[in-house]
Amino acid sequence: MQLYDLTIHELTALIKERKVSAHELTRAYLQRIDEVEEQVGAFITRTDELALQQAGDFDNNPVDKPLAGIPYGLKDNICTSGIRTTGASKMLEDFVPVYNARVAACLEDQQGILLGKLNLDEFGMGCSTETSAFQTTSNPWDLQRVAGGSSGGSAAAVAAGEVAYSLGTDTGGSIRQPAAYCGLVGLKPTYGLVSRFGAIANSSSLDQVGVITRDVKDCALVLSAIAGYDSQDGTSAKINIPDYFADLSGDIKGLKIAYPREYFRNSTDTAVARQVKRALHAYEQMGAIVEEVSLPHSEYALPAYYIISRAEASTNMARFDGVQFGLRDVKADNIVDLYANSRAAGFGAEVKLRILLGSYVLSSDCYETYYLKAMKVRRLIHDDFTRIFENYDIIVTPTTPTTAFCRDEYRGNLLSLYRNDILTVPVNMAGLPGISVPCGFIDGLPAGMQLIGKPFQEKMLLNAALAFEQAHDYYKARPALGGDK
Amino acid sequence: MALTSKEVEHLAILSRLALTDEEKALFAGQMNDILEFADKFNQLDTDNVEPMVYVLPANNVFREDEVIPGPTRDELLTNASAVEEGYFKVPKIL
Repeated sequence: MQLYDLTIHELTALIKERKVSAHELTRAYLQRIDEVEEQVGAFITRTDELALQQAGDFDNNPVDKPLAGIPYGLKDNICTSGIRTTGASKMLEDFVPVYNARVAACLEDQQGILLGKLNLDEFGMGCSTETSAFQTTSNPWDLQRVAGGSSGGSAAAVAAGEVAYSLGTDTGGSIRQPAAYCGLVGLKPTYGLVSRFGAIANSSSLDQVGVITRDVKDCALVLSAIAGYDSQDGTSAKINIPDYFADLSGDIKGLKIAYPREYFRNSTDTAVARQVKRALHAYEQMGAIVEEVSLPHSEYALPAYYIISRAEASTNMARFDGVQFGLRDVKADNIVDLYANSRAAGFGAEVKLRILLGSYVLSSDCYETYYLKAMKVRRLIHDDFTRIFENYDIIVTPTTPTTAFCRDEYRGNLLSLYRNDILTVPVNMAGLPGISVPCGFIDGLPAGMQLIGKPFQEKMLLNAALAFEQAHDYYKARPALGGDK
Repeated sequence: MALTSKEVEHLAILSRLALTDEEKALFAGQMNDILEFADKFNQLDTDNVEPMVYVLPANNVFREDEVIPGPTRDELLTNASAVEEGYFKVPKIL
């Protein structure tokens, strides 16, 4: 075992007992990044100097906080004051924010060690990091395959031992899917639990900032540090935040688990579904009550998501006009050309497509047929979940239809690529918390199981995830990279 | 009723996006694929369904009208490519 293989709670213990300094830990991580980053391609920007400075500051003046001295990375659509934040877009290649996102400030307050900014699909629009303007991130379990997306850099960096944990954002599965592909724990919290202030908006009614870690306890630790009301986010929820880590027991006796039949047929590779069925059996043996249910509108979630997310994305992308920040066509001699040319040069193809589709479905001729209709379908999907949660505590599904796919596998086949999100999208549509946990390996590739909870019941979700984790050791596996055997 | 390149061109003008002819054709094809797939939800009867914009009750959020520290004008201008006398600079509009 190397330092970079350990979990946050293991590292925190070493730091407290003074068996390792933050400086030593940071050095170990920087060395690991040097060793494997060329293969993985998780980072857009490294912050080595800042990291060593933060580590020195901590060692000189140690504080007792759960994430103090622990090296982490941030998805590069989370604004960091004084550190370039690109959104993996040419549009923001030279953008240096003058303020921190709320979540970035939270981790700074914890005196964590920031190692850098991690790759994503451009503005979070994609599910493989292949739409990043800079690079495609490789899956540490098989470098020919993608790490998933859009938070692919965030997942690959944790899996490769380049950071101890990371933050991502999730609009339709962008934390859970890469976590599943990389054998990690990935949590999308309830809409409104974590502030979106300073996270570059993709689809505002669906986006949520969340966590990617090596195990469930780590996930609880990081969630405790970033959850809570923020007056700078108008959709932030005013609720009491529990300590998610304290008294997590893994005791799930009597927990009522539903598994929706729609998620286990057609759309799902039988291998992943089989693995999740085994997990359900394990839950039963641990004393949970497991029953099949129906979420009848599931098949309409993806079409409705296409419409709503594109409509919101086109609106959010309007802020990039080349004037106040971002790439600018300096040759334009009138304002309309300045806008149109700056945006043409700054955005990649997927972003342009979403802007156009969004503008189309919001146009007066199409508003009712598409946008209004999609919002009504959203209500039906939401109500499906509400009905199930009247009788059950959590819902269990596969996270993804398959394990990680190969680079370019879906080139020219957009709809098939989009179908990767089919099992995660409904959770965003309903604003619910969802967590992906490793549930086994298929031909050497990690598979993920998704647990869906009631609004703001993250603690119950984490406890159920922990129960499974304690009974299986999938989460302990590490990919062989660099000099590893 | 498939979208044509011409209609995509119009959307691009509205969206302030300069597109090449190849892009217009590519995006028209992709948009048609997606819209055709989305049409599936028209099978559903939603006449009596209330549209859902946000999952949480959306209310106006007010705060006291107090000055709180934030980025300065100079800081906010640092990311603009053209600035003059403390303002963003753009080509002549009128």
